[in-house]
Amino acid sequence: MDTYVGSSVLRSEDPRLLTGNGRYIDDIVLPNMVHAAFVRSEHAHARINGVDADTARSMPGVVAVMTLDDLGEPYNTKRTEQPYPSPAFKQDITIYPLARDEVCFVGEPIAVVFADSRYTAEDAAAMVRVDYEPLPAMVDVAAALDDDAPLAHADSPDNLIATLSIGFGDVDGAFANAPHVLSESFRQHRGGCHAMECRGVIASVDPAHGGLTMYSSTQSPYLVRSVVARYLGEDEHNLRVIAPDVGGGFGPKAGVYPEEIVLPLAARMLSRPVKWVEDRREHFLATNQQGDQVWSLEVAADDDGTIRGVRGRVIGDAGAYTNYGLLLPMTSVIPLPGPYAIPAIDVKVDVAFTNTPTKCPVRGAGRPTAAYAMERMIEVIARNLDLDPADVRARNFVRADQFPYQPGHTMVTGASVTYDSGDFHGCLDMAKGVADYANFSLRQEAARAEGRYVGIGVSSYIEDTGMGPYEGATVRVEPSGAIQILAGTASQGQGHATVFSQIVADQLGVAFEDVTYQSADTALFPLGVGTLASRTVVAVSTAVHEAAAQVRDKAIALTAQVLEAAEADLEVAGGRVFVKGSPDRGMTLGDLATQLAPFNTGAVPMGFTPGLEATSYNVTRGPATASGSHICEVEVDIETGEITLIKYSVAHDCGRMLNPQLVEGQVLGGVVHGIGNALFERMHYDESGQPLSVNYGEYFLPLAAEMPPIEIAHQETLSPLNPMGVKGAGEGGTLPAANAVIAAIENALKPFGVVVNDYPVDPERICELLDEALAGGAVPGG
Amino acid sequence: MADTRRINLTVNGESHEGEVETRMHLADFLRQSAGLTGTHLGCEHGVCGACTVLVDGEAVRACLMLAVQANETSVTTIEGLAEDGELHPVQRAFQEQHGLQCGFCTPGMVMSLAAYIDENPSPDERDIREAISGNICRCTGYQGIVAAGLQAAVEIRGGG
Repeated sequence: MDTYVGSSVLRSEDPRLLTGNGRYIDDIVLPNMVHAAFVRSEHAHARINGVDADTARSMPGVVAVMTLDDLGEPYNTKRTEQPYPSPAFKQDITIYPLARDEVCFVGEPIAVVFADSRYTAEDAAAMVRVDYEPLPAMVDVAAALDDDAPLAHADSPDNLIATLSIGFGDVDGAFANAPHVLSESFRQHRGGCHAMECRGVIASVDPAHGGLTMYSSTQSPYLVRSVVARYLGEDEHNLRVIAPDVGGGFGPKAGVYPEEIVLPLAARMLSRPVKWVEDRREHFLATNQQGDQVWSLEVAADDDGTIRGVRGRVIGDAGAYTNYGLLLPMTSVIPLPGPYAIPAIDVKVDVAFTNTPTKCPVRGAGRPTAAYAMERMIEVIARNLDLDPADVRARNFVRADQFPYQPGHTMVTGASVTYDSGDFHGCLDMAKGVADYANFSLRQEAARAEGRYVGIGVSSYIEDTGMGPYEGATVRVEPSGAIQILAGTASQGQGHATVFSQIVADQLGVAFEDVTYQSADTALFPLGVGTLASRTVVAVSTAVHEAAAQVRDKAIALTAQVLEAAEADLEVAGGRVFVKGSPDRGMTLGDLATQLAPFNTGAVPMGFTPGLEATSYNVTRGPATASGSHICEVEVDIETGEITLIKYSVAHDCGRMLNPQLVEGQVLGGVVHGIGNALFERMHYDESGQPLSVNYGEYFLPLAAEMPPIEIAHQETLSPLNPMGVKGAGEGGTLPAANAVIAAIENALKPFGVVVNDYPVDPERICELLDEALAGGAVPGG
Repeated sequence: MADTRRINLTVNGESHEGEVETRMHLADFLRQSAGLTGTHLGCEHGVCGACTVLVDGEAVRACLMLAVQANETSVTTIEGLAEDGELHPVQRAFQEQHGLQCGFCTPGMVMSLAAYIDENPSPDERDIREAISGNICRCTGYQGIVAAGLQAAVEIRGGG
């Protein structure tokens, strides 16, 4: 029956996107539309004593200039909504749509200009004068909880937002008699999402019914609807949110931003469509980023590398506001045990304000930093006990016979963390095979004989994919026989249209080309969550699969009634339902759809509801555990610090692959994002909080020429939690990548005893570390 | 307020004439005046390459070229690459090798590779990687794009 599921069907999205016929936010033009440009804070922290927009208002082509006061009651004193309330908040300070009397990061919106063109709007924005009174800025999160730390918000008692923890088992006991207690401190930095399309919003009032229509370059149109409707005091049916083609998301586009509040308000006030498209400088300044985490961990281990327990502390940067809730710090500690059976863990994370952009999940959320932290502990054990890092991993893995496995702690929802399935040893062995790990020492020796330093790094991970709470889909057969799928989740390039059409085509026995998919429009489908956290393939495919199965059942039941045949004798194939062995005795799906949705003189067949269609909602039964191991091989030039990636090997398990080529695409993109984190991507701020990396000459993204060949092996351990056994694949590539790269560098420089720990690491830092090692008496080659 | 000039250029074989602000860059002219939104703006400072178009056959970043500089030139955009409804070999290879996900960098990638393969129809993998080192893709990890470039080159040079 599976003609399409499991095969690399070419994407139905592509012909349109390849010929310039995509429809992204900036491609949408509405009649009489005005263009917005925001006036943004030049200071990381300042009081605002006044805004003078008179000159800007008088400029030709300017339609309006608005500050918070101009938004009127009740908005002039109203902060944006908290989408993710939590009792853990000690301070919950969300951003105002436009600054009220204090700005807390460079780039915070203060005023907005509307004009007849973007050029004119930017001209006028430059003429708005803001009277700032600079305040001390809190920049480095490592110092945010010090007694003398500057306050990121002038009226706060301190910078602490919340303290979260993960804990289970007898940690004190684990450490008390451990043969080895080892510690490590490291700083992790993850930059921004850098989707190639920046954010953007269009809002207009529909004169026919007075409701608002919003287009937003978002991953979560339903979250935008919810948050904006609550802020505006509108009913949700008055707010239609559409995500058009979205040019990449990677996390930050799953938030709701001040611009998404200001634009619909302005559309109402101006009675004209309004449009704002972020430019790249604004993306660096005002789009949420992931930022810094400062980790200090201790691990207790036996002589053979078996982990007894882990404890420690993290300080996590939240940036200036809490608009992304506590999702980032939660996802930084809950996944900490990773693929390992660790008896006891006690780790606390303090979440602190800084005067930098709001922090949020970027591809993988906190999971890449959690994975890096645990993988660091493996490296520490291997280094100190002189064990093979791959062996230490294998020794501590949860075994294939231990599923479902519960480490002992709970998820955000309060349910116990449960690993549903996997074979972590199998994946590691596959990765070692792909990387020719067994013969690496020969390659390393040969290179050293030539004075070259090559190294290898292993890194393993799991990911809790398919996060709930739900998604839904409608599958409808049209009288023509065409099949329409409607769903909620927005796509940012993952290939949803293709994958979900594959599922329905198989279920209904039709050609892939006869299935269409529409989504990401709150008027098309009533409820949804969003595309994030590697959840969509699990959540939506389950709903699509179930809806298609119901349509199939209905088609069979009606055919049985019409033909007076037994349902068990009927088969669905080629767009028809027919009697097995008598293909002429049957009905097309289109005819059945017509019978079920007749017009005036017809009648709906007895015992049937109208329409050959079904809607199904999937409620999660817990996360599907994806897993894998990566191995990176590098060469380090000890003169220049240059790092060359020689080969990158992946073995991963995302359950059943619905479309292997698209899975590989997700893995490849994820790996390269992780490599970027390890080696290139850094947001630099000076001591006053001024960002120093606000273009792609200053902030480096991975480029094709620097990327190694990446070879992928697949293991398919089906998830028992959904009908097709799928697990998410969107972020797994990123999770272990930073440690694979950093560990490989350390392995290459082992003769010098260099430990990198902090990332990103660049050639300059490698040279510093080598100099320190040599000054400390390291003997190369010794 | 702003200076304007009259320009006349050919875009995808059609003549476009109009009065433009001298500060308008070519990408905005193509998108706003010519209505061709396939050319995308990813950074507007000449690094990401999403806006790459062909000007008299040469790959150019349309965010770094003013519309007035394109006066009396012939411009090809992604909308003009397919001929008679037949996808260009680079476009077809992008689909077959999964060289695109969100599609935003894709027009620039395709134009860069089409121009490069036209110049060097026998590239190896390293050549392709260098040829697109001025185009940033955040989705694919580049491997599918490189495979697409190699596949298209084989087809363009007639196999072998």
